Amino acid sequence: MNRNTELEGVPQDMRPLLDVRGLHMRFPIKRGILRRTVGFVNAVTDVGFSILPGGTLSLVGESGCGKTTTGRCIARVYKPSAGQIIYQAEAEQSIDLAELDNRELRPFRREIRMIFQDPFSSLNPRLPILQIIGESLKVNRVASGSELEDRVASLLRRVGLRPEYIRRYPHAFSGGERQRIGIARALALNPRLIVADEAVSALDVSVQAQILNLLQDLQEEFNLAYLFIAHDLSVVEHISHRVAVMYVGKIVELADTETLFANPLHPYTEALLSAVPKPDPRLRNRGVRIRLEGEVADPSNPPDGCYFHPRCPYAQERCRQEEPAVREIDEKHWVACHFAEELELRGFEAIGATLGATLER
Amino acid sequence: MQPIHTRLDDNDAQDDEVLLDVKDVKTHFFTDEGVVKAVDGVNLSLKRGQTLCVVGESGCGKSVTARSILRIVPPPGEIVSGAINFRQRDGGTIDLATLNPKGREIRRIRGGEISMIFQEPMSSLSPVHTIGSQIIEAIQLHLPVSKGEARKQAVSMLDLVGIPRPGEQLDAYSFELSGGMRQRAMIAIALACEPQLLIADEPTTALDVTTQANILDLIRDLQQASGMSVLFITHDLGVVAEIADEVVVMYLGRDVESGDVDSIFHDPKHPYTRALLQSIPRYDSRQSRKLYSIKGTVPHPFDRPSGCPFHPRCDDFIAGTCNTIDPARQLISPGHSVRCLLYADANAGEQVPVNSAGTQDMDMSN
Repeated sequence: MNRNTELEGVPQDMRPLLDVRGLHMRFPIKRGILRRTVGFVNAVTDVGFSILPGGTLSLVGESGCGKTTTGRCIARVYKPSAGQIIYQAEAEQSIDLAELDNRELRPFRREIRMIFQDPFSSLNPRLPILQIIGESLKVNRVASGSELEDRVASLLRRVGLRPEYIRRYPHAFSGGERQRIGIARALALNPRLIVADEAVSALDVSVQAQILNLLQDLQEEFNLAYLFIAHDLSVVEHISHRVAVMYVGKIVELADTETLFANPLHPYTEALLSAVPKPDPRLRNRGVRIRLEGEVADPSNPPDGCYFHPRCPYAQERCRQEEPAVREIDEKHWVACHFAEELELRGFEAIGATLGATLER
Repeated sequence: MQPIHTRLDDNDAQDDEVLLDVKDVKTHFFTDEGVVKAVDGVNLSLKRGQTLCVVGESGCGKSVTARSILRIVPPPGEIVSGAINFRQRDGGTIDLATLNPKGREIRRIRGGEISMIFQEPMSSLSPVHTIGSQIIEAIQLHLPVSKGEARKQAVSMLDLVGIPRPGEQLDAYSFELSGGMRQRAMIAIALACEPQLLIADEPTTALDVTTQANILDLIRDLQQASGMSVLFITHDLGVVAEIADEVVVMYLGRDVESGDVDSIFHDPKHPYTRALLQSIPRYDSRQSRKLYSIKGTVPHPFDRPSGCPFHPRCDDFIAGTCNTIDPARQLISPGHSVRCLLYADANAGEQVPVNSAGTQDMDMSN
């Protein structure tokens, strides 16, 4: 029934919920009194990935790499400058979200929801929880009156909050509880895809663990798909099925979580993995440490060739001139590096096993 | 039942290796709604050239502890009891807790002997002064040098912390620098007068992992070169494992466990420490899929639980004991202490190891 003939070799039941192709997003730089456009920031350049129903894809990278912008394009907070966002709608047909206008988007806004990083600024302090969560139910004419209250109460229960809190305001809740309210709000309309933008970054470890567990429970229960945007690689390793690494607006590597962590093929991925602090003092001086020199390239004025070459320890002449294309090196392992086959990069060593053992009770 | 206070001394009288010794410090905030006991009896001891990490969740009082040491607790906060003994460069020991927070003495120590760097360099650097003028100001406050000489020192400081083209960057403003470079500039200001102690309050929390790794390397290198001590405040156990010599775990204004980094990670005693370690996602934790999570949340500062403050969230809670007795700090092995009633019988018996690294005596008067 699917009309999308480009999904070559994809079996019927494995068809992605979301298939992003050639996504571009550029913002004009305006200067002077006349606000003339003097240049463009290419926040997202030619990004492509897919997410299966019930799957989690993480976008990782340093600040300014375009991961948040990508998430916002998917949720259509922004209209992408170019590219396709092909969404497998519930009504069995696939549709390109990138082209729709606001009115046409309305039915899909119920299915793709967002959770934000800062639980303090993402909830309106002047509204009680009932309205914060119930707003979308009301606007979409799903429920009203006492039915609305019942729905909100059951959502609160589902995310682990007491339904009696329904008339309280956000200030009465801690950071973790507020994040649960944000999740309840996202769940209100039975979404199929949630864009979680740094959803656990602002939380303490113990609260972070609670929220990650909740997100996984909800995924199993409702077959939710997540686009998980994060910079903390240990969280990403824990929650995602697949990981895409971004650098200056481009995806430089995309693979299954285990493959990417054990066997990275892009030097930037290797550097990121090597920079993660290992939670075991006995591993302190083990393994190689790769430290990146310099700064992330300016997305309004990126270097020639491979964007990563000024910081890459393996850069060669070709990297300075020729931009590497994204290639599928192994099965389902895409990488944008000229020398992906030749380089022998190191993954995340099997750490944590020793610690886990001592903590078993 | 009265709590039993056990005092632990690290033989500080003769041990001149101890640079900073914080004893049972309490910093309370007297607000209109009531008293917030942000720090309620914290103990820590930092040796020369070592790194002590204070770790805990938000609201555990780790930042207020650091600010109490430098006496920069904002009103209505006050140190209500305890001692902060700091060994000065001239060899004399001074109790920082007794100083006038606006007095000459503490101002000489701030920046000169103890410096601090903060989480958000953008809000702790002045946006209307150049980086250079902020370093030069710090140098001239504490050292008798001319402006020209101070400028030269400032350039070499920027060079030392790895800022490229230090001569030019001296005249840059903080907003012209990236996050990592700003943090480097702040470290340069803090270290300009070669302090004996650097207090770092979550200096890498706002940074990317790659930048964080570089800043941690920098602090470690500078420490090795100068022999300064570092009091590092963080909530990130990965960072603790990377840099700490000693660790203090805090919960609700108390040190619940302290010890060397290896015992904290490989032989944690306090249920809270164990729980924290189990809740970090780690490589290969996918097999179990579910992360361990501590039940409940950190209580509101106005309703502190009775007895052990952790008991409502503790898996090893003993009814009738944990909610009535406030656990005292006790030594489990040399240099490793814990506040938990699970180990209380060890305290009563004679098997408590008493040796050169630590003595144990009961102090009922306190």
